[in-house]
Amino acid sequence: MRKIEENIFKGLMIFSTVLISSTLFMILYTIFSKGLGSLTWDMVSKIPEGGFYIGKGGGILNAIVGSLYITLGSTLLGLLVSIPIVIYINIYAKKNSFLANITRLSYDILFGIPSIVYGAFGFAIMVYMGLKTSLLAGIITVTLMIIPILVRAMDEAVRVVPEEMRNSVYSLGATRYETAKIILRQSIPGIVTAILLSFGRAIGDAACVLFTAGFTDSIPTSLDQPAATLPLSIFFQLSSPIEEVQNRAYAAAVVLTIVVLIISITAKIVSKNLSKNKI
Amino acid sequence: MKNIRLLKDSFFSKIFFTLTILSISTVVLLGLGLYYKSIPILHSSSLSKLLFSSEWKPFKEAFGFYPFIMGTLWVTAISIVIALPLSILTAIYLSEYAPIRVRKLVLPLIELLSGIPPVLFGVWGVLVIVPIIQDYLAPHFVEFTTGYSVLAGGIVLAIMIFPLIISILIEVFDNVPQELRDASLSLGATQWQTIKKVLLRKSVDGIVAATVLAISRAFGETIAVLMVCGNLSQVPNSIFDSGYPLPALIANNYGEMMSIPMYDSALMFAALLLFVIIFLFNAISRIILFRIEKRTN
Repeated sequence: MRKIEENIFKGLMIFSTVLISSTLFMILYTIFSKGLGSLTWDMVSKIPEGGFYIGKGGGILNAIVGSLYITLGSTLLGLLVSIPIVIYINIYAKKNSFLANITRLSYDILFGIPSIVYGAFGFAIMVYMGLKTSLLAGIITVTLMIIPILVRAMDEAVRVVPEEMRNSVYSLGATRYETAKIILRQSIPGIVTAILLSFGRAIGDAACVLFTAGFTDSIPTSLDQPAATLPLSIFFQLSSPIEEVQNRAYAAAVVLTIVVLIISITAKIVSKNLSKNKI
Repeated sequence: MKNIRLLKDSFFSKIFFTLTILSISTVVLLGLGLYYKSIPILHSSSLSKLLFSSEWKPFKEAFGFYPFIMGTLWVTAISIVIALPLSILTAIYLSEYAPIRVRKLVLPLIELLSGIPPVLFGVWGVLVIVPIIQDYLAPHFVEFTTGYSVLAGGIVLAIMIFPLIISILIEVFDNVPQELRDASLSLGATQWQTIKKVLLRKSVDGIVAATVLAISRAFGETIAVLMVCGNLSQVPNSIFDSGYPLPALIANNYGEMMSIPMYDSALMFAALLLFVIIFLFNAISRIILFRIEKRTN
């Protein structure tokens, strides 16, 4: 009897493991089989031409470039803010001090706040400062969203640097600031993983930029112009009733999938090297 | 020379400290900013009317969020009902039964799944889940449905929260001391009995924390849900009905919100509602998880 129950549950466990692992392939298969057919060179190398949204020529270069601008801009801005924070809670603050713990808790919570809330908040700031939907507003909002990702991931990377190493740096007479530089150098692979993680989140997010970055058919040339993004381009094209346009949404989905997969897999490889070189 | 180094050190100490404090206050700023924007709507109608009225007529300044709150609750509940059992079974398998090889194969796949952008889940939902519900599932139960339903939203959300629940649960299970399992096994209990009586009992708080985190993730998910739920402002009566969750409402109406008075304030109130609930849920579960980690160290 005990054996039967165990076997039933073991069967269920294997079933759910297989089911959950296969969802990734189901999603990838659906998107690639639907979208690859419509993916042409024009799609990724041209901006929309007149009548693009009723099925005429052009591509989604505007969205690709817009997404890259927003992602690069926000990642850079996010790093500027989050590296000092990670240094402060790991090196300046005392181990397990109240401030360090409350910072970690806040970032755990901020990490869970959905992007639509950041989007609404970004929109509120935008209106308050008198900005219009623009590249800049999009970058600021996405930065707010990815700082928690950056802080959490880098904190993890810095925390695994052995205590002994820090002590030997101190014993050579280094100040905390100098120690921080050495510890950071030691955790570069972890930092790269963090950057890639946030890059992936930033490029795939739609709800944040919906209010703030706007949408446009041209490539933005300055910070105060609106910018198109890949997820929104997929979303808008898919809501069209015209089949031609819908197919292009699937092709755009393939582009986004490939970008995200490359980022995720690179992050995986980098973090594997991290554990290999650990002292 | 030494002085410059020390100056540099204390200079950066102050800057980094300020940045840390400022950044923590983002949490407060988020709440305050959204509250500030929702003051007009809170003044013009009562909180209970906003939460429990079904009348949604922006042009008449009637904003009853009840249908949208119910829409959110329906999709969240469906996604948890689907995701929780499957995730617990998978996490137990991966942490107790599976050979290292299998674990090393499956975990990266789940991690990859967590990196897939919401909009792609939405595309997949539209292409696969909606037609399946429309053509195969729903006809057995109801006369007509487009497939765009709270069930479709729930299924898509379930897949999106698998990685979150599984990764937390595996950590929780790994934190249960091996000695406890050994003690149970040496008393003659089978592995499954050990799992039921020792592992699961020891991890109850961790499972609760994972569930609460998953609920709050499902609560706030926007684009994917927006694409598959049908977005009719009605209170769903069955899983095959369309629903209109709060985040979808906010995302869908951003275009009009500046042209109708009070509309932007109403949508900001919706965002504030999401923020408050998700903030509380996250705080509770993170504190539980923090305690678990502290206990094992």
